[in-house]
Amino acid sequence: MSDTINLTLKVWRQPNASTPGKFVEYPAKNIPTDCSFLEMLDIVNETLVAQNIEPVAFDHDCREGICGMCSLVINGVAHGPEKATTTCQLHMRHFKDGDTVYVEPWRAVAFPLIKDLVVDRTAFERIQQAGGYISARNGSAPDSNSVPIPKQNADCAMDAAACIGCGACVAACPNSSAMLFVSAKVSHLALLPQGQPERTRRAVKMVKTMDAEGFGNCTNYYECEAVCPAEIKSSFISMLNREYVFAAAREAVSEI
Amino acid sequence: MAILDSKIPSGPIEKKWEKHKFESKLINPANRRKYTVIVVGSGLAGGAAAATLGEQGYNVKCFCYQDSPRRAHSIAAQGGINAAKNYPNDGDSVYRLFYDTVKGGDFRAREANVYRLAEVSSAIIDQCTALGVPFAREYGGLLANRSFGGAQVSRTFYARGQTGQQLLLGAYSALSRQIAAGTVKMFPRSEMLDLVVVDGHAKGIIVRNMITGKIEAHAADTVVLATGGYGNVFYLSTNAKGCNVTAAWRAHKKGAFFANPCYTQIHPTCIPVHGDFQSKLTLMSESLRNDGRVWVPKKKEDCGKHPSEIPEADRDYYLERKYPSFGNLAPRDISSRAAKEACDDGRGVGSTRQSVYLDFADAISRLGENTIRERYGNLFDMYHKITAEDAYKVPMRIFPAVHYTMGGLWVDYNLMSNLPGLHVAGEANFSDHGANRLGASALMQGLSDGYFVLPSTISNYLATQPREASQKVTVDHPEFKKAVAEVEARTNLLLSIKGKRSVDSFHRELGLLLWENCGMARSEESLKKALAQIPVIRDEFWKNVNVLGSANDLNQSLEMAGRVADFLEFAELMCLDALQREESCGGHFRVEHQFPDGEAKRDDEKFAHVAAWEHNTEDVSKSVRHVEPLNYENVHLAVRSYK
Repeated sequence: MSDTINLTLKVWRQPNASTPGKFVEYPAKNIPTDCSFLEMLDIVNETLVAQNIEPVAFDHDCREGICGMCSLVINGVAHGPEKATTTCQLHMRHFKDGDTVYVEPWRAVAFPLIKDLVVDRTAFERIQQAGGYISARNGSAPDSNSVPIPKQNADCAMDAAACIGCGACVAACPNSSAMLFVSAKVSHLALLPQGQPERTRRAVKMVKTMDAEGFGNCTNYYECEAVCPAEIKSSFISMLNREYVFAAAREAVSEI
Repeated sequence: MAILDSKIPSGPIEKKWEKHKFESKLINPANRRKYTVIVVGSGLAGGAAAATLGEQGYNVKCFCYQDSPRRAHSIAAQGGINAAKNYPNDGDSVYRLFYDTVKGGDFRAREANVYRLAEVSSAIIDQCTALGVPFAREYGGLLANRSFGGAQVSRTFYARGQTGQQLLLGAYSALSRQIAAGTVKMFPRSEMLDLVVVDGHAKGIIVRNMITGKIEAHAADTVVLATGGYGNVFYLSTNAKGCNVTAAWRAHKKGAFFANPCYTQIHPTCIPVHGDFQSKLTLMSESLRNDGRVWVPKKKEDCGKHPSEIPEADRDYYLERKYPSFGNLAPRDISSRAAKEACDDGRGVGSTRQSVYLDFADAISRLGENTIRERYGNLFDMYHKITAEDAYKVPMRIFPAVHYTMGGLWVDYNLMSNLPGLHVAGEANFSDHGANRLGASALMQGLSDGYFVLPSTISNYLATQPREASQKVTVDHPEFKKAVAEVEARTNLLLSIKGKRSVDSFHRELGLLLWENCGMARSEESLKKALAQIPVIRDEFWKNVNVLGSANDLNQSLEMAGRVADFLEFAELMCLDALQREESCGGHFRVEHQFPDGEAKRDDEKFAHVAAWEHNTEDVSKSVRHVEPLNYENVHLAVRSYK
C-alpha cells in the first residue's frame, strides 16, 4: 500500500456560465500517493456525495493521457506541475502532505464555461472543420508505398500529429492564443506529400477561423509549449507563420 | 433457424464479398440525401462510417458522449493495425491473415466475415495514408511493420505507440470535412438512452443532451450503433471511464439479439492494480512483447527479491518454455492465463504478488537503449508516470486486465442485427474475432466496418425503405413520444431514490464480483454464485443509490447511474452465457473443461455456434438462447496450438 497525504483543495465551483462562480474549500484526506489527480477528485467526490453535496463536475475519459478530455488548471498551471503530463496522468506523489491545491477550469473567452471545471471546447472543432483534413475520397487511395516519404518528414509530421487537442495551450497563454494547436495540425499535413494540394487553403482557412472564434494572438510567451502534455514544439508556430505568410500572399492575388 | 439468417453469400470464400457487393441494391446519388442515417459513436467504426456515408451523399447525424468525436476510446489503442500487404515479403497473404484470425479466435468467428476483413485490410492502410496518417516509415520512405501476437509474419502497421490515436484522427479529419460540407451533423455530449422501433424496424433514437439535460428524439431511415464494448461491466478495465453498454443494452431490450456476451478479453500486459482507489487500468501495448521477455522466479522464495538479484538460472521464462514457436508473442488469452497460473502458483512478483516481469534487458543489450526508446519510448514514459519506476533499468511489472469484448449485438453479413434497420459496427458487434481477438485486429475491424463494409451494405437496406418524406416515420410518431416519456421517467426515478450509497460503490461491487467469478477462469460454481448475487446488488441499487443534482443540466452522477443500472442487468446475461457455454474457448475459460496441461478444451460438437440471446422483458435470467451454427468450409477445426 502506498503512503497517504492530506490536502486542502480550493475548487472552482460554478453552476453555469450565467451564474458567478467561486472557490470552495474541501479537505482531501488520506489520499494515497499512488493515485492520480483525478482519482483524488473521485475520492473527494465520494465524500461529498456522502454529505449530500453535489460532486464536482470535471471532464475526463480515457485516463491514460491520450484522449485530451481532462482539463484542469492546478495551482495556476494547466495540467499541473509535471512536464509533458495530462491531469489524468499526474500522480499524487508529486504533492506534499499539508499542501493547499487550487483547481480551476481552463479560462479563455473562446472556451465558455459549462459547469464547475467543465468548459466548451467546440471552437477547436470549427477550426478543424475549416481545413484540418486531406480531401481523400474513400476507396480511391493509391498504394501506400507508391509515394515514399522520407523518414524524417514522417517523424516530424508524427511529432505534430501527436497533439491531443486538450486546449492546455490556450489555457496557459496570457492571450488565450490557439496557435500551438493550429500550428500542429497545419504542420502535420504540410509536411506530407498528401497534404500539398490543399496546403495554402488550409493555412488561411484555419487561421481565419481561429481568429473568428476569439482566440488571441501569439506574442511568443511559449507558455503553451511549457504545458503541452504531448510536447508539441513552438517551432511549429514558426512553421505556421511561414505557411500563413505565403498562403495569405497567394490569397491576396486570388491564387486559392 | 429463420430468425438468425446470417445472409452469407454463396460461392467460394474469395468471391463472396465481390458477389455480394454486386448483388446489393444501390441508391442513386441524387436520392441519397433523402435518406437519413443515424450513427451513434464516433470512434474508428462510427467516425469512419459517418464520414464515408456523408461523402456518399447520405444525410448523416452522428452522436457521441464526449465533447468531441476525436476523443472516442479508439484513440487509446497503442500498438498497431494488421493488414495483409505483405510488404516485408515474409509469406503473408489475405488467406493467411484470414486463417490466423479464425484460429486466433479459437474457431468461434464466422468465416465469411473474417475473410472479408482480411480482404479489405490493405485498402484500409491505403485510405489512412491518403488521409495523412503518419505511419512509421523506414529510411527508404516505405512503410515499416512489426509483429503482433498470434502471427509469425510482420503485418502490423503502426504510428509510434499511438496508432489508434492517429487512425482516429484520420477518420476524425474525414468526418470534420463532411461536417463542414453539411452532409454530417454532429451531436457531441449526447448520450443515447433508447432505440425507437416502429413496425419492427429501427427508426430512431432517444438521446439526452448532456449539457441541458433535455431528452431529444431523432428519427432516421436506419440506425448504426458503433458504441464500443462492455468491458467496464468489470469496473476496472482498460476502457475509458465513459465506455458503457447502455446503447447496445437498450437496443437489446428493444429486440436486438446479444451474441456471445461471455467472450471477454483479458489483456496480458497491463499495469497491475495497486490500490482500492483505482479508477481504471492502463494497458501496455502488446507490441512490447516483440522485445520484452516475460518471466517470474522459479522459486517462490525469490519473489520478494529485487529482480537483479535473481540469477538467469532461477528465472522461468514461462511463455518461451510453454510455447517455444510463438514464445512471448503467444495470443492474449493464452498469455493472460499463463500469468494467472504463475501468480496462482505463488510465483507472482511486486508488493501484491499479482504481477509478472516484462524484461527488456536482453533487447537493450542487443539493440541499445536508443532503439528501444525509439520503438516504445512513450510506453516507457507512461509506465514511469504511473509507477515511478524506470523500465530501462528494472523490468516492468505487468498483469492481465479486462480490455476488449468480443461479444456484442448479433449481426448478419450486412452488419445488420436481427432487428431490421439496426446496423452494428466495431467492437459493439460480435462478428469477427470469435472467442479471442488478436492484437492489432480491433483497429482493422473498426475501420473495415466503417470505411468499407457499412457503406456498401447499408444501401441494401435503405433501398427497401420509403424515399419520400411524406411516407417516412417522424418524431411525432407515438413510439417516439412513448420512448421519450420512458427515458424521462427513468431519469427522474434515479434522481428520486436519494439513498445512502454512491453510484460508484455499486459499480465497484459489481465489478469485483464479476472479476472473481466471471473473469479469467470461470466455473459452474463461481457463475452460479455471481448469478445469485447480481440481482441482490441490482435491487439494492434501485432502493439505495444516491444520485444528487438535477435532470436539467450537466450531471455526471446521473450519467453514470444510468450506465451502472444497465451494467447491472447486462452482467446477468454475461454470466448466464458463460454458464451455458460448457467448453473453454479463447477468452472464455471454464475450469471444468481443460486438458491435463491446463490448455483450453473446446467442444466443437456441442458448441461450434454463436449463442444469440433474445431479451425477456420480465426477467433477464429467462432470456432465450438462440443458436447460429458456425460452418467451417475453409479452415479445419483443430486444437489451437502455439507450441
